[in-house]
Amino acid sequence: MAESIVNIYVEDLKRVELVRVSGRIDSSNAAQFDGVLKEVVSRKNNVVLEMSEVDYISSAGLRAMIALLRECKKHKGDVRLATPSERVVEVLSLAGLDSLFEVYDSEATAVGSF
Amino acid sequence: MVDERVLTVPGSYKEIRRICEFVAAGAAQAGFDETTIFHLELCCDEASTNIIEHAYGEEGVGNIVIRYRLSDDDFTIVMQDNGQAFDPGAVPPPPAIAKNEASAEELTSQLRIGGLGLHFIRNLMDEVHFTSDRRQGNQLIMIKKLNAS
Repeated sequence: MAESIVNIYVEDLKRVELVRVSGRIDSSNAAQFDGVLKEVVSRKNNVVLEMSEVDYISSAGLRAMIALLRECKKHKGDVRLATPSERVVEVLSLAGLDSLFEVYDSEATAVGSF
Repeated sequence: MVDERVLTVPGSYKEIRRICEFVAAGAAQAGFDETTIFHLELCCDEASTNIIEHAYGEEGVGNIVIRYRLSDDDFTIVMQDNGQAFDPGAVPPPPAIAKNEASAEELTSQLRIGGLGLHFIRNLMDEVHFTSDRRQGNQLIMIKKLNAS
């Protein structure tokens, strides 16, 4: 049986936590995604999510992203997206949250924006 | 032409991928494009999650039955469970946050209210109906027209 797989790699940079996410995020693994994001925000309040290889995301994944943004905002930080996939952009738009995150067309520009 | 398929799975998050693949296969057979197939997968994912979290209250309580029917005019998906009746029509749409200056408080409110999954279902399907009775349990009926513009 095919289970949903999400791959998450975190890089602790000087001013930013860079989180590269790929695969499929749904209710079966959103808690795993959320757990990694909670660890990330415990280190820094500025986060870049690189999401070019995310081929599926449901509202469960979106909620983890919103929770991350909330924690960052509480500490005057922000979450910015680098090259989100078409699916990520569409789901954010469907949720009416497409302007919630600043979007950059490369990982370098997103990291450099902080 | 009428083709009908049924899949029964335990109400568990790890089954969501299988539910999506089952529906995607039927949607591909119906001739929907890749984006519409993604929309149908997303709706079934969200409906399944709602069944586990709201109708059953947790994983491992009961089964989810997914049935799709392809006719000449439409593709109908029926999601059935035997949990608590949960009327999607009673859930208001989530508030839109239309700026990236949203405060932490606004985001907390967004997370608390939820309802994003139902919002997707309402917006992506052409028709959505909910019925609940003792014999058949809860049924969420989602219809996508084959020739919708």
